[in-house]
Amino acid sequence: MSEKTIAERPIARPDTTTTPLRRARQRRKLISEIVAHALLAGVGLLFLIPFYWLLVTALKPLNQVFSDPPTWLPNPPQWQNFVTVMTSPAFPFTRLLGNTVFYCVLSTIGITLSSALVAYPFARMQFRGKELMFGITLATMMLPSVVTLIPTYLLFRSFGMIGGYAPLIMPLWFGSAFNIFLIRQFMMTIPIDLTDAARVDGANDFGIFWRIMLPLIRPALLVVALLHFLYAWNDFIGPLIYVTESDNYPLVVGLYAFLTRFSVQWHLLMAAALIITTPILALFFAAQRYFIEGVTMSGLK
Amino acid sequence: MQSISPAPAAQTIRRKQLGQDLRAYLFLAPWIFSLLVFTAYPMLSSFYYSLTRYTILNPPVWIGLDNFVTMFTRDQLYWTAVWNTIYFTIFSVPLSLAVALGLALLLNQRAVGIGVYRTIYYLPALVPAVAGTLLFVVLLDPRNGLVNTVLGSLGLPEPGWLRSAAWSKPGLILLSIWAGTGGSMLIFLAGLKDVPASLLEAALIDGAGPWQRFRYVILPLLTPVLYFNLIIGIINSFQVFGPVFIATVVRGLGPLNSLLMYMQLIYRNAFNQFNMGYASAMALVLFVVLVALTLLLVRTSRYWVFYEGEKRA
Repeated sequence: MSEKTIAERPIARPDTTTTPLRRARQRRKLISEIVAHALLAGVGLLFLIPFYWLLVTALKPLNQVFSDPPTWLPNPPQWQNFVTVMTSPAFPFTRLLGNTVFYCVLSTIGITLSSALVAYPFARMQFRGKELMFGITLATMMLPSVVTLIPTYLLFRSFGMIGGYAPLIMPLWFGSAFNIFLIRQFMMTIPIDLTDAARVDGANDFGIFWRIMLPLIRPALLVVALLHFLYAWNDFIGPLIYVTESDNYPLVVGLYAFLTRFSVQWHLLMAAALIITTPILALFFAAQRYFIEGVTMSGLK
Repeated sequence: MQSISPAPAAQTIRRKQLGQDLRAYLFLAPWIFSLLVFTAYPMLSSFYYSLTRYTILNPPVWIGLDNFVTMFTRDQLYWTAVWNTIYFTIFSVPLSLAVALGLALLLNQRAVGIGVYRTIYYLPALVPAVAGTLLFVVLLDPRNGLVNTVLGSLGLPEPGWLRSAAWSKPGLILLSIWAGTGGSMLIFLAGLKDVPASLLEAALIDGAGPWQRFRYVILPLLTPVLYFNLIIGIINSFQVFGPVFIATVVRGLGPLNSLLMYMQLIYRNAFNQFNMGYASAMALVLFVVLVALTLLLVRTSRYWVFYEGEKRA
């Protein structure tokens, strides 16, 4: 029994904690929370074990990769596996990394800037044919890319551009439907007064776009840039088709080439797989909020 | 000449509008170029190429519908690839969506450390397909892979997974669930956050249990998100490429063409055998099927997709 006076109790909340009903409800809530946590943790474990296995397999000698019983902790860990992979002429790590970064950075800058540029008139200008152009843009978003694959390849081939990254990077400097749409949606949320004020001060449309709009939509640009960077880092079929010079391979194709040479050295393959995955995981952890926001935005239409 | 004054005014307005149009299309110029060169031209020419024999070395030769006849009646691998792709899609899309929705429901609670779980579930989506596939080749090794070791210790049968014709596609589906749920899970989660708490409370007061709340309140409100994820999932899984390409490079994986998917057959014909005409025909059929499926979903959506603020017919 409480010794508190009425004045000491919080007035707005009647004290019902001692009623059996409340206690039962609390217990049920506790149980459901425990069940939820157990489920979350169990499934989480299922999702994490492959990562753990990637790491420990990369640290094993070959004879422990498929040992019976399985080796959960390699003893001693073979850190030299990473050295072996990174110094192997079959996996020229620094060059592969340089190529990947080149592809990712140039295509990311291109897709972000050009999509923002194209999004601007859809968000801020009145012109004839606007509905039609926007409709076409939305329609191309749903277009399966498979139909353009071969003719686009033949087009670039006829210009002698097979071998490097030009066919992969160049088209992205002319806008991309989905990102135009995403940036346009974000631009619509910028108060019109902000851009109108600049117009009164005598700025033209390009000046408004460059000096007012771009800084204001930084979060959307970051989302587009991060999602594309991730896409380009993991892009396999693109470089496989176009980047035929082995000096130009990105990391993913480098891993594939490594696989074709050392297809039974599973400890080294896992080390190489881990090497190409780690940078993108690091980027994710550095900018997690924008990643998650970006994926979420992509589903809201 | 009846009245002079409105004419110049109308003219200035018209000139102003023209100037505005010009400026807008200046902004749009790169995109229009892209639409013409990287979308319209390839689409139209893929119709043309699909009616030719074209091996790159020689100019395309018109052969009418021969490619389609060969594809549908003579190419054994074609129907194998069609069957494999449909099998894969039919299982991987609904399973991935169900797992993604289940995880999103679990994540949509106020509990300590929810953010950590969200990150964990999303991580596999970041792994490059080549790396993830190799990892699953190790995990799903028939003899001493981790999965079969666990199954064996539980007294369950140990399938041959990627190395057996019957189990290679289920193995691939496991990989696609692991790697493919993260994105749609986040989209589901965003949809769940938009379910108004007042509706759930009303259902609770009316005595609805957890299942009823899910079935009659949450699920209807989630159908637009489900619909979006379904279309994207189907389009992606019909075009699955990276994992199967890697899996079939390793000797002994996907025996008897059991992992030969449609996209890979296109790749083989186009870039290994340089049968550009034939590959274009295959791509065109896939394109038509995907567009038809999308339109079908769009058309049927009004029967099962529920948009808030809209009355159901």
